[in-house]
Amino acid sequence: MYVAVKGGERAIDNAHAWLAEERRGDTAVPELSVAQIREQMALAVNRVMAEGSLYDPELAALAIKQARGDLIEAIFLIRAYRTTLPRFGASAPVETARMACLRRISATFKDAPGGQVLGPTFDYTHRLLDFKLAADGEVPAAPETPAAPAEVPHITGFLNRDGLIQEEPAGDDTPPDLTREPLELPAGRALRLQSLTRGDEGFVLGMAYSTQRGYARNHAFVGELRIGTVAVEMEIPELGFAIEIGEIELTECETVNQFTGSKTEPPQFTRGYGLVFGQTERKAISMALVDRALRWKELGEEDSGAPAQDEEFVLYHADNIQATGFLEHIKLPHYVDFQSELELVRRIRAEAEAATSREAAE
Amino acid sequence: MSAGRRQERQAGDGGEPSMTEQAYNFAYLDEQTKRMIRRALLKALAIPGYQVPFASREMPMPYGWGTGGVQVSAAVLTPEDRMKVIDQGADDTTNAVSIRKFFERTAGVATTERTPEATVIQTRHRIPEAPLTENQILVYQVPIPEPLRFLEPRETETRKMHALEEYGLMHVKLYEDIARHGHIATAYAYPVKVEGRYVMDPSPIPKFDNPKIAGCPAIQLYGAGREQRIYAVPPWTAAESLDFEDHPFEASKADHPCALCGAEDSYLDEVIIDDTGGRMFVCSDTDYCRARREAGHTGAMGAPYETEAQA
Repeated sequence: MYVAVKGGERAIDNAHAWLAEERRGDTAVPELSVAQIREQMALAVNRVMAEGSLYDPELAALAIKQARGDLIEAIFLIRAYRTTLPRFGASAPVETARMACLRRISATFKDAPGGQVLGPTFDYTHRLLDFKLAADGEVPAAPETPAAPAEVPHITGFLNRDGLIQEEPAGDDTPPDLTREPLELPAGRALRLQSLTRGDEGFVLGMAYSTQRGYARNHAFVGELRIGTVAVEMEIPELGFAIEIGEIELTECETVNQFTGSKTEPPQFTRGYGLVFGQTERKAISMALVDRALRWKELGEEDSGAPAQDEEFVLYHADNIQATGFLEHIKLPHYVDFQSELELVRRIRAEAEAATSREAAE
Repeated sequence: MSAGRRQERQAGDGGEPSMTEQAYNFAYLDEQTKRMIRRALLKALAIPGYQVPFASREMPMPYGWGTGGVQVSAAVLTPEDRMKVIDQGADDTTNAVSIRKFFERTAGVATTERTPEATVIQTRHRIPEAPLTENQILVYQVPIPEPLRFLEPRETETRKMHALEEYGLMHVKLYEDIARHGHIATAYAYPVKVEGRYVMDPSPIPKFDNPKIAGCPAIQLYGAGREQRIYAVPPWTAAESLDFEDHPFEASKADHPCALCGAEDSYLDEVIIDDTGGRMFVCSDTDYCRARREAGHTGAMGAPYETEAQA
């Protein structure tokens, strides 16, 4: 006698109770506070804000805590929350030329107005485990210097004066919104950049790396990389002018790429662009490289068939929330489909075996 | 969608939702989003089988786990509805339980496991065995809405193929199956041609269920969240499973009766019952099986219905 399996609901509740217990870990160890994650896991917080498309360090830290440190899960929590928020309007474009930079480097000029500012970087650290940190994480205060003059001009602006780099004319078009309209191809550059900035860091890094190794090589120099805070301003219709509503930290990367010229254009440098929430320079540089690779058509370059040149391939696969959901859904029951395949394979095998034994008998 | 459906209300109007639920609108989605989805649904119903792009939202469950179906259900639900959710034909599979709970919490609608009593049925991978009626909406969860996707990975290309009604590639694939295996080697997600025009993926239902799509009195809506597509089969619409004159379509199932209720006309799951290869076949539609046992039918391995209810 057989009684069908039931109890899915209780199993789910119990699994979630166990998950909550595992998240907390050993209760003899003090609990992590959201503020501790926000302050001491700041780069994880930045990644969650960037790929979650929501600038809120407090909520990103909470999401990391809730997700047990699984950043894609944390990004998912932020995305699901973000989509329910009402929209009051759009800000004015942020002025990255007026960024208060804490880091600003150029790989193309030894020095330039505004200077080279290393800022808080892992570059040039020796990657040796610091065992002292296991016992005591307190640090002496870093030396300080008065802030640099207010505005740090963009490096590409200097190249522009000589007409050596391709002009990027400003447009008045309202950029499309990936989160409010379905993605349709071909996508304009604004839409591509929107997709890349919230795309998975690992995916965008891999795509960028592939261009460096020769799959649509475009030989990028980091013209400039800057990290700092910018003011966010919004036009208030009742007031008739823009007011500052807050400040956000951004990483911006502009690459300067070789371009040999085409029938219509003389040789000139071209650009790739990356702009990402928070201190996220690996992502911003990767984004700039992939942006440049995707521009092959408008620049009259050859389609070498490389993955990074393929807009449909890149844009449809960059989103880790879509990717992880679909990947993980194969854990769900598929026994109905599997059953139909079982029957088909059994039938085809039975026919094949019957045919073989008929042949043997003849 | 049908006559008599009323305006939505705020979640706070009735019942006593907790603090968290109160923060969300009826059936989770805001009214603007529902309006956008309903526009897509109307277009989909007007062009049967055509995939309408829609601005799918991020839902609080993962893409690939029914977000398309959930958004469609949220857009058609009214407070008076009675909802049923099935996965693999069963009401108590984990993801069906999870989605049903979601609508209980966010919409406060009544739910049921009985097919004839439901007004909205959300399903994954099956069409219920009990015939549907004009008062019902069947919402399918769709992973890959494009029937041509495994022949041509590019969306830009497949949209062109649909526009030009260029389905030769699909027929070639089916023909090659017959040439190699003697059969069309598609057992689920078997493509149908809707009203003589668009080739449509019926979602990964077994081909056993395909004939139920055609001429169905209920509205059939298909939602693919991750792929941002909605499509539909209006009531009483033709939906022909692709085949050849000399290899006609055949809705197949395991050649057994249900071990619990004895049904010979229902789609069956195969269950492994011991470690020596013993197996049994039971209805995949748990409500159909229950109703039959309730009516006194008993299969070879089934206990009389009352006995099980007490166990």
